[in-house]
Amino acid sequence: MIPAEVFLTFILMLSIFLGFELIHKVPATLHTPLMSGANAISGITVVGAISLAGTGQQDLANWLGAGAVALASINVVGGYMVTDRMLSMFKKKEG
Amino acid sequence: MDILIQFAYVVSGGLFIFGLKQLGSPATARRGNMVSAIAMLVAIVAALLDQGIVDFQWIVIGFVVGGAIGAGAARMVQMTSMPEMVALFNGFGGMASLLVGWASLAGATETFTLITIVLAILIGGLTFTGSLIAYGKLSETIGSGAVMFRGQQVVNSLIVLGILGSAVMFCIQPENPQWLYMVVGLSLVFGVMAVIPIGGADMPVVISLLNSYSGLAACAAGFAVNNNILIVAGSLVGASGIILTQIMCKAMNRSLSNVLFSGFGSGVQDTTEVEGEIKPIVVEDAFYILEAASSVAIIPGYGMAVAQAQHVVKELCELMEENGAEVNFGIHPVAGRMPGHMNVLLAEADVPYDQLLEMDDINPRMENVDVCIVIGANDVVNPAARENEGSPIYGMPVINVDQARTVFVLKRSMASGFAGIENPLFYKDNTRMLFGDAKESIGGLIREFS
Repeated sequence: MIPAEVFLTFILMLSIFLGFELIHKVPATLHTPLMSGANAISGITVVGAISLAGTGQQDLANWLGAGAVALASINVVGGYMVTDRMLSMFKKKEG
Repeated sequence: MDILIQFAYVVSGGLFIFGLKQLGSPATARRGNMVSAIAMLVAIVAALLDQGIVDFQWIVIGFVVGGAIGAGAARMVQMTSMPEMVALFNGFGGMASLLVGWASLAGATETFTLITIVLAILIGGLTFTGSLIAYGKLSETIGSGAVMFRGQQVVNSLIVLGILGSAVMFCIQPENPQWLYMVVGLSLVFGVMAVIPIGGADMPVVISLLNSYSGLAACAAGFAVNNNILIVAGSLVGASGIILTQIMCKAMNRSLSNVLFSGFGSGVQDTTEVEGEIKPIVVEDAFYILEAASSVAIIPGYGMAVAQAQHVVKELCELMEENGAEVNFGIHPVAGRMPGHMNVLLAEADVPYDQLLEMDDINPRMENVDVCIVIGANDVVNPAARENEGSPIYGMPVINVDQARTVFVLKRSMASGFAGIENPLFYKDNTRMLFGDAKESIGGLIREFS
């Protein structure tokens, strides 16, 4: 059985390489939307925060988790909405 | 049930990757963002199905509060203020990861987990305060200049040593909260110290780097709570931020460490000598030249954002096209305060994206351009970067506007740009200075045309 640490590190390595491959060809015109889109994705922390905020115990960890849910939701909701708003403005020349 | 949740994360990871891929082309970018949002939704729903959750009250409150703030900000923000908004969001992401790291401390005993908790707190904390400072500089609530003081390196080194020391002690004695507080406090201080010596014009690099950190913090938090999807999504963001950072550094011909550790221009004495004289031009005369031009290139810079001139620029562009001229835009990679800043502003003003040329595409065409209009750009069009080895920006790739037949420079006054670098462009024979607020000057040209 492979220890979890090794497994997780393996995933980390693969996703970093994948990220480089995916993004290095993005044209300059999309850099700002890419950045705010990536920002929204970094709100993924919310997934980790959810289970910490839902323990039902009135302890510090629960409050920290709830705070993390709120902060990460700002990122997720705000990030996707503003990216969409920007991208809706990008138009190709007609004709 | 647990296996279902894990598979949902796999689906979510796949969708994130697919969404990012689509985000790489203007035609599919909007759909890509949508796919990525769906990926997020899948991951959140999966997380909510976790049977360890007994109380949804605080989760819902967190969602509602955060979501409302995020949605409000996303709707209200002006396109010229995008850099500070992205900076602020980076900071929230970092803080969220710090809190997750801290909260997952309860019950963590393995050294590997403790190390990842420290990393989540450290990266998250410095991302948070660093982003707040970046926000302050970008929105000009604090001065945007580089803050340097004697002994700064020493202070920073001490902070780093302090962080390392308390991080090690924390991993050895996780039950002693004092080390935890030290790590939290010092990483917050370090974020401030890391960003204050960086000046306004270097912000594209800083903001990209903080973007990367916010992803890496999520990644570290993923290790701390043992969750794959955090690691996958976090490292995708981390990689994207690093690539943008690299592109920005390359566009300024500087290494990352040079941007981070030396206030711009310090050390290099500007030996640029300027010859010739400044030749101002008035709107009427500028109009006659423009009316006769058949090829026009517009080079926007941060000044266009400050003057909110993107809409009048578009209007002028249309009038010139009706007049039979070919109009293109040349965008330098570091024009503005974040990567792609100019492109977004011009997109807001309905300029089609295929009319926006990158530096390498516009430079070969420059010799055939009749009139080049520089709006609020300075360093990115400075020929000294090409010609004068004594210039602090020597070697930086620039847009060769001086090779156009005539150059109009729209500028408020003769005050130097960032760090006071002389710009010989203003003194060239084919350059005419159109002084005044960019928006008003262009408005004047529009009135002449119509």
